[in-house]
Amino acid sequence: MTATAETTSERRATGTPALEVRGLSKHFGSVQALTEVDFEVYDGEVMALVGDNGAGKSTLVKCIAGIHPADGGQVLSDGEPVDIHGPKDAVRLGIEIVYQDLALCDNLDVVQNMYLGREAHDRIHRLNEAEMEKKTTETMASLSVTTIRSIRQTVATLSGGQRQSVAVARAVHWNSRIVILDEPTAALGVAQTRQVLDLVARLAQQGLAVVLISHNLHDVFEVATRITVLRLGRNVGVYEREKTTQQEVVSAITAGVPTKVAGIAETSA
Amino acid sequence: MTSSAPSVAADATDEAVPEGIWGRISREFRSGNLGSLPVAAALVVIVIIFSQTAQNFFTAVNFNNLITQLAGTCLLAYGVVFVLLLGEIDLSIGYVSGVAGVIVAELQLPGRGVPGLICIVLAVVGGALIGAFQGSIVALVGVPSFVVTIAGFEIWQGVILKSIPQGVIVIQNNTINNMDGYFFSDAAGWIIAAVVSAIYVLSVGSGAFSQVRHGVAIRNRALLAAKLLVVPAASFLIVYICNKDRGLPFPLLLIVAALLILTFLAKRTTFGRHVYAVGGNAEAARRAGINVARIRILVFTISGAMSALGGVVLAARLNSVDLNAGGGTLLIDAISAAVIGGTSLFGGRGEVRNGLFGALVIATIANGLNTIGYTSGIIFIVTGAILLMAVTLDTVLRRIQARSGR
Repeated sequence: MTATAETTSERRATGTPALEVRGLSKHFGSVQALTEVDFEVYDGEVMALVGDNGAGKSTLVKCIAGIHPADGGQVLSDGEPVDIHGPKDAVRLGIEIVYQDLALCDNLDVVQNMYLGREAHDRIHRLNEAEMEKKTTETMASLSVTTIRSIRQTVATLSGGQRQSVAVARAVHWNSRIVILDEPTAALGVAQTRQVLDLVARLAQQGLAVVLISHNLHDVFEVATRITVLRLGRNVGVYEREKTTQQEVVSAITAGVPTKVAGIAETSA
Repeated sequence: MTSSAPSVAADATDEAVPEGIWGRISREFRSGNLGSLPVAAALVVIVIIFSQTAQNFFTAVNFNNLITQLAGTCLLAYGVVFVLLLGEIDLSIGYVSGVAGVIVAELQLPGRGVPGLICIVLAVVGGALIGAFQGSIVALVGVPSFVVTIAGFEIWQGVILKSIPQGVIVIQNNTINNMDGYFFSDAAGWIIAAVVSAIYVLSVGSGAFSQVRHGVAIRNRALLAAKLLVVPAASFLIVYICNKDRGLPFPLLLIVAALLILTFLAKRTTFGRHVYAVGGNAEAARRAGINVARIRILVFTISGAMSALGGVVLAARLNSVDLNAGGGTLLIDAISAAVIGGTSLFGGRGEVRNGLFGALVIATIANGLNTIGYTSGIIFIVTGAILLMAVTLDTVLRRIQARSGR
């Protein structure tokens, strides 16, 4: 990877998003889930991705993550076209995703979930439990996750909020460059929502590109830099948080007119 | 990391220390994670009952008999544990073990001049290949394992019937027959007990040492100390008992060695971790970049290999292979052993040692009731009742676990 020490504004100025999607399409059988969708996120910004149920938010994320192969379109990382054929490719590009359904294994403990598929091991694939436990403790502490009693208890014994904390912590744990959060606050109480939103803002401050998928416009307006709106699998607009209102975004979500393939650069004011 | 790290880490460890044995048990119970506890308790009860009611039950001779009776089932059950961890089933294991018996019996025929050890290795490789083949159909094509392995059940039974037209093959090769009938000398028995204890202590100790080195708190010091004392003590006690009779039987070494190796594989390697992950949530495992198909194929390969090894031991026990090889109650006993031992049928929960504990329960019941003079009818009924209890317990625990999360 050719990640240099450019600042956010320099990146925005030079016009190379950390992650860019161009004209991505995807159908399941006869259902057209995504039609020529464009999307971009720069380092150091929180890009919100909003839309009604079935707008294609989760499908877009799954295409970026390599869970679903896209039918057409291009994904660019730092301006370079990349091929994402599976979850490992996405990870290699520094993309981490917290799924709506969390993708945790109930029968494994917090540490084991944290390192799922990326276990610390020696040359004969023997697990290094102590190192994994130590680093998990550090990450949990850095995120101020104090509600989990023991990181050696199975995820099955955790509450919904605690599970969300584990899932977010796992995404952050891997020093990723692009973190995608799919409805991270949907199952949380007030205090934990606060915590996750603070965390989201902190991630962007640390220079990560953050994509926040949410139904909750209140949350979105609190932390997002820009807002991409999808409707029925098409782009209907990209708004700067400071230059728009919740009403404008709501009307885009419910009745937005597709911007077609005009491209993000033209629609983002 | 931020400056808040030490305080939270301290919180976590402070919480862990005062939790005693009972605290741990109650937490494990609430999380539906009882493991081998119920079966160990049941085993103690069974042994006490039989030693009161059955003459000649609580003797060294009978202990050695018991071990040779359960060795084959136990080896198969180890493989079943892995398959159940995935939430799959392998119904072909009985006749795969029979096929392995046929392979070993055919190869050892005096005219062929194949050394005994090579015969055994080839039989195990044959079982592994069968497992890999069946596993590939499950993992790559997506045919349910129940159907694939029930087809295997028919096919391999047919293969056995076709390949022994004379009805029976006698095994005269000593290396092969020693798989069941060899007894170590007293001195060798003590050395083996010492080696097994050393391997266990070193392996558990190195884990604890690594925790200390990384500054991770050791939970349950009492439990760790108990493990380090009880397992070596048990090894020497068992060798002491065996030496009162003919000595340590080779099959006992085989099932203990397999237990240690497979437990290492399941609990200490990335492969084992991925098996648990796929069994717990295959979709999560796939998204985490784990090659789910590869894990499934490897697990069925292990199942095939362990069945074959068990089949060789069973053939050695009879000194022959006949048309009934791999039939009878072998399949049901092996699966029951894994389940009675505490392995969940729903995937993701269980340990290799469950296979040994379950096989011990089944063999002890059969052995004890036999000693008293009951017929196989009663033995089947009692074994079935215990299996039913084990599965009921698993189901109830699962429900408790699902509730405790929310």
